[in-house]
Amino acid sequence: MDKFTTLSGIAAPLPLVNIDTDMIIPKQFLKTIKRSGLGVNLFDEMRYDDDRNEIADFVLNQTKYRDAQILVAGDNFGCGSSREHAPWAIKDFGITCVIAPSFADIFYNNCFKNGILPIALPQDQVDVLMKDAENGSNARIEVDLEAQTITSSDGDTFSFEVDSFKKHCLINGLDDIGLTMEKAASIDTFEAEAAQSRPWV
Amino acid sequence: MSPKTLYDKIWDAHVAHEAEDGTCLLYIDRHLVHEVTSPQAFEGLRMTGRTVRRPEQTIAVPDHNVPTTLDRANAETMTEDSRIQVAALDKNAKDFGLHYYPVSDVRQGIVHIVGPEQGWTLPGMTVVCGDSHTATHGAFGALAHGIGTSEVEHVLATQTLIQKKSKNMKVEITGKLRPGVTAKDITLSVIGATGTAGGTGYVIEYCGEAIRDLSMEGRMTVCNMAIEGGARAGLIAPDEKTFEYCKGRPHAPKGAQWEAALEWWKTLYSDDDAQWDAVITLKGEDIAPVVTWGTSPEDVLPITAVVPAADSFEGGKVGAAQRSLDYMDLTPGTPLSDINIDTVFIGSCTNGRIEDLRAAAEILKGKKKKDGLRAMVVPGSGLVRAQAEEEGLAQIFIDAGFEWRLAGCSMCLAMNPDQLAPGERCAATSNRNFEGRQGRGGRTHLMSPAMAAAAAITGKLTDVRDLM
Repeated sequence: MDKFTTLSGIAAPLPLVNIDTDMIIPKQFLKTIKRSGLGVNLFDEMRYDDDRNEIADFVLNQTKYRDAQILVAGDNFGCGSSREHAPWAIKDFGITCVIAPSFADIFYNNCFKNGILPIALPQDQVDVLMKDAENGSNARIEVDLEAQTITSSDGDTFSFEVDSFKKHCLINGLDDIGLTMEKAASIDTFEAEAAQSRPWV
Repeated sequence: MSPKTLYDKIWDAHVAHEAEDGTCLLYIDRHLVHEVTSPQAFEGLRMTGRTVRRPEQTIAVPDHNVPTTLDRANAETMTEDSRIQVAALDKNAKDFGLHYYPVSDVRQGIVHIVGPEQGWTLPGMTVVCGDSHTATHGAFGALAHGIGTSEVEHVLATQTLIQKKSKNMKVEITGKLRPGVTAKDITLSVIGATGTAGGTGYVIEYCGEAIRDLSMEGRMTVCNMAIEGGARAGLIAPDEKTFEYCKGRPHAPKGAQWEAALEWWKTLYSDDDAQWDAVITLKGEDIAPVVTWGTSPEDVLPITAVVPAADSFEGGKVGAAQRSLDYMDLTPGTPLSDINIDTVFIGSCTNGRIEDLRAAAEILKGKKKKDGLRAMVVPGSGLVRAQAEEEGLAQIFIDAGFEWRLAGCSMCLAMNPDQLAPGERCAATSNRNFEGRQGRGGRTHLMSPAMAAAAAITGKLTDVRDLM
């Protein structure tokens, strides 16, 4: 997995609540058996018209946001399905940090498996960053995972919370299956005990 | 011993390892797999030379992509990419030795219907699947939730998940439901009360007389949509109805093992003095038949209400509501029962079980769908379909002018050819009314099977109580 340590980038504003996984990556793109190549279809139905032409006023189609690495969005980002195609598409587009007042549980976990940092901040702080993001390429937002801080272009710095284990994996780009396999003895023991106590499983 | 919730008890019984910071390895008893979220996970195993740790606890079935038309045995009915995805599951199930129900098997169906039907889902288990509606299995008092593809790979390789414990929420539905009100109305009403993020960070236990009174099918409908309220999982404590449902299923324990299992299952309830981080109570009598008007499952109102104005909401929801009204092409103040529909979809992991089909057939018996309306019933599994045919339900649907389909996810997420056209308005028994969910530009109103059947007869959103 790609590491995430610090990021200084342009943030794209998407001030909508309840941005769901069907918006992020519609189902017709779930038929792939690969993880790559989904960036072109990120927010597909908001981004392209029926003839596959770009819809000019959609944020990621605007020149200043084409290279955005950060997305600032509304409450409950990523609600809906468990499709990991959502973070795959976000990452493939080039966005590695999403900031919102809250995230849906499965989407939030999926981000960390793909080198994406989701940051939940209080609404008033998201509002500051949203305004910052609206300034386009003039406004770079700085994210420091080690320090757990985010700094707006005006120098406002906010702290954010992140689970210590998830942070550790993200900073070091660790494969958590490998980490779990180091604990195989604990799993063996658990299975042996369960075979006695719950043999019907 | 300190009092525990049902969630605490199941969690404690499955912790294989706990780190100092509370990060746990949660042991997984049942891993359900379908074709859409698994190919990359199996590819990951192959690339790293890993294998499936417990193939005998891993069950696979194709459901999302498969056509539901009667000619589906003909490969031409599937698009090339769908065919590749289903073929990949065929191969992965064979190569890794999983339990498998291929498209040609009468037991094939939606993964969340097949699991309980075959007795894979049992009380007190941990169940995961790369699908958010895994919450369904919570109806058995099993801790069940959806996971992403990386976690699918993690469970395949290690039979565990890296987890931190969620908080406990109690959702109590007191008293009795009124006639015409169903499990779907309960679960939508709860989301209407909490919002789609209200359950984030929680595992919900549904309890109270109205929940106890539900059949296992109804309980599955309630738990299915726990994820729509943002919760990691929904749970209902197992009782005699649960045990009766499980007994004799192909993969349920038998003989002495059944007795041993039963003894443990009977301890699976929240202690009287258990601590809850949040409690929500609704009165069963206050719940009406409901429909959704917008593009989030929280946009729910009684069928007797009118389309709300965007400015009746607060904060970010004002803009979202306006966007929903525009997308749904609705004018505030319009009675919901005046909204004309083009299509009726009865099916999905939310409402594709036998009881759902009975409820819809009860309303449709001896009646016809409105002329020009498109209507389909997609049973949740091949066995549900067979039972509905045996009970004469299929004939009622066919006589009413419905298409009687084969099992699959179908128009719930429209990955197969069953889709809405732009602007087409659908009365659906599924679980999501998101923009484009049932097809680009399609407009979805969520409701119960009985309400969908009523809408089919009149051609508009309808209070089923007027037809009872």
